[in-house]
Amino acid sequence: MPLDLLIVDDSAAIRKILQRVLHQAEVPLGTVYEAGDGVEALAILKEKTVQLIFSDINMPNMDGIQFLTQLKANEAWKQVPVVMITTEGSQAKVLEAAQLGASGYLKKPFTPDQIKDKIVGLI
Amino acid sequence: MADQLEHGQLSQMIRRATEEVFTTMLGVALKADEAHFEQSPPANFDGVVSFIGLAGAWAGTGSLCCSSKLACSLSSSFLMTELTVVDEQVLDAIGELTNMIIGNVKNEVEEYLGPMGLSIPTVIYGRNFGARSLGHDAWTVVPFWSGADRLDVKICLAPKERAAHEHGTRAREFILP
Repeated sequence: MPLDLLIVDDSAAIRKILQRVLHQAEVPLGTVYEAGDGVEALAILKEKTVQLIFSDINMPNMDGIQFLTQLKANEAWKQVPVVMITTEGSQAKVLEAAQLGASGYLKKPFTPDQIKDKIVGLI
Repeated sequence: MADQLEHGQLSQMIRRATEEVFTTMLGVALKADEAHFEQSPPANFDGVVSFIGLAGAWAGTGSLCCSSKLACSLSSSFLMTELTVVDEQVLDAIGELTNMIIGNVKNEVEEYLGPMGLSIPTVIYGRNFGARSLGHDAWTVVPFWSGADRLDVKICLAPKERAAHEHGTRAREFILP
């Protein structure tokens, strides 16, 4: 069944590349929504339903950690799996994201196989 | 945790991060050249320069710079679409490459110098311009070659107290008669 998903990253390049990588990983895609920061992402979620979210951490206006916190505090959205995709590699950040409810954590740069491995159990 | 980092160690971190990003995300193999120090960047530059800030117990800046032609070529490989002029797509791509390369260097540097934050990248494009960061520390520069075109990946870091003192001194030089 095709997945409707949300990609949250301030880089349009990464949003485009991630969609391409998901195609290469043969993930069945439905509608892909894009947001440049956590504020835009929450606005999209108020209108649309998605089955999976990819989110960067370092973004303007609302970063990925703040977005994840607000997402998991909302009954309507808290079950949606979130995979963090970011350059942040410290154990502290990985742990923080996990404690806030992230379903996966992937460091940039990434390959199609790495994306596929991360989301296999989530879809 | 150590509290210092040698030029050789930093240049190796830059080299590893750049090669990993370019191999994984662009499928491009760059040829690294010998690392060196740079006290002042060139005054008259044509091309694309990006900056990203680093802040923690040590603070500084990471930067990429290259010609417009190479910026378009690298962005084309990154996005798998043909880009022949520096536009929003190219600037965004170079910004993200800066974020990934310097971000991965930061992850290694943190093991020596403690936790650091990373800013949002800024990308500048133009002709005959100069750019510099305040402070007197030298940049560690690692040049890479893609054919005859050169990409410089560079980082400048200093202990925050020393960086703040130098900034304060320079601010006073401007303000006081």
